[in-house]
Amino acid sequence: MYVNNILELNDVSFKYEKETVVKDVSMTIEEGQFFGLVGPNGSGKSTLIKLMLGLLKPTRGSIKLFGEPVRNFKHWEDIGFVSQKANSFNSGFPATVLEVVKTGLVSKTGLFRFYNKKDREKAMQALKTVEMEAYFDYNIGELSGGQQQRVFIARALVSDPKFLILDEPTVGVDAKHVADFYQLLRKLNREEGITLLMVSHDIGTITEHASHVVCMNKTIHFHGASHEYKAFSNEDLSQLYGHPVQQLTHNHGEVENND
Amino acid sequence: MIESFMTYEFLQNAALAGIMIGFVAPLLGVFIVVRRLSLIADALSHITLTGIAASLLLEKRVSAINDWNPVYMGMAFSVAGAVLIEKLRKVYKHYEELAIPIILSGGIGLGVILISLADGFNTDLFSYLFGSVTAVSRSNMLTVLVITILVLAIVLLFYKELFVLSFDEDHASVSGVNGKMIHLLFIVMVALVIASAMQIVGILLVSALMTLPVAAALRIAKSFKQTIGLSIFFGELSVIIGLITSYQLSVPPGGTIVVTAILILIMAITYRKVSTQFSLKGETL
Repeated sequence: MYVNNILELNDVSFKYEKETVVKDVSMTIEEGQFFGLVGPNGSGKSTLIKLMLGLLKPTRGSIKLFGEPVRNFKHWEDIGFVSQKANSFNSGFPATVLEVVKTGLVSKTGLFRFYNKKDREKAMQALKTVEMEAYFDYNIGELSGGQQQRVFIARALVSDPKFLILDEPTVGVDAKHVADFYQLLRKLNREEGITLLMVSHDIGTITEHASHVVCMNKTIHFHGASHEYKAFSNEDLSQLYGHPVQQLTHNHGEVENND
Repeated sequence: MIESFMTYEFLQNAALAGIMIGFVAPLLGVFIVVRRLSLIADALSHITLTGIAASLLLEKRVSAINDWNPVYMGMAFSVAGAVLIEKLRKVYKHYEELAIPIILSGGIGLGVILISLADGFNTDLFSYLFGSVTAVSRSNMLTVLVITILVLAIVLLFYKELFVLSFDEDHASVSGVNGKMIHLLFIVMVALVIASAMQIVGILLVSALMTLPVAAALRIAKSFKQTIGLSIFFGELSVIIGLITSYQLSVPPGGTIVVTAILILIMAITYRKVSTQFSLKGETL
């Protein structure tokens, strides 16, 4: 069977000034997978995402998106990105939800062109997918953190991406909405066939929902299916985090034991 | 009033230039304010003064140069200052705002030396500092027209890109938007508009025309488009009322325009307060 590789990382390293932030990372994401990327704070997860998106250039190694080297990649409309920063944008920004969602079409619309009626309909459709269509004319700053996060997902979805990358999207969203949020992601993955990569520090929850897991701390410690990861012992995790760690398996609580 | 407007060309020039400036200054001002770059307008207006001083000095010292319009040299300095600010922002990645005081103080420092060498302060300079209804020549007015058309064309063509860059720079670059090119284009436009507006409102008050109408609009508008529309409306209102009172009272238009803009701002803030109180009462009833 022919398999489409959405993302290929080959021996990627990245140094920030003299410090190695990402070391010898190789991984592949295939079409239809739901990947969780986990690791402690400062383990280079966000840097790795930036490398994948071409926002940073690797010191060594190669990165391919849809089979094409990232520096030559042009089809940005195929990729949706929900950044961590989405939580800390300028909340006084004078824009409506609809105006924000339409910015997701900027790469598809091309230079010198305006958004048209069809774009508006697409934006409304994306809002419907995240169940936020009733809020289309609200000011973005009026919404709660969880609602804003849904709007940013709608913005990422509006260009019909094949691959959606989310960088810790549940930070600052309360537990009840986190559960809804994962349900939404599963729907996107299974019903819409969107390949997902989600960064999280919440290992317990992500392994429940994702089909595959990558565990990193500068370099990759585990790469494989979620069910195999669950067999990955607590000692290995403790080694990775540098202090004792207990995995909580049956709820959505914190995994890291901070004392 | 209308009679003198029909008679005197200088009044027509000032009014037409004012109306154009009242449109484009708040338009660019919206993007400046939401990107938290309000002080850039101040830095660029001060470097415009340096250009004007340099031009006045050259006129005095080099006999081959006379009848040079100092506004053009001001524009050149303003654009150069804009490019320099962008370069400095890259040098101080973690203290981007440092670029503004560096250019601002550098502009004033150099400006004051040039002004003194050109035999000091006179009425000409006073009108550059606080604006004038008599200083705008026909050719100046036509320059403002060209700049206005240019700015409108660029904002219309790049509206999507300017909006997405203002809202979320990371998202813009992931969408393949060439942020660097558009930002440079934008800041050059700001420089040109500042040098144009300077003739009417004066160097010291030009940033007010880019920020005060926007500040008022932000209290009322729901969407980004409304913010732009209201900012332009308030900007035009300030310029027109300001120019008329300036002519009637024989005071510099910079003062009357800015005071009008402040009054509008106070009304907008009050309106917002009253309307939220009303809606709160409506909910409890």
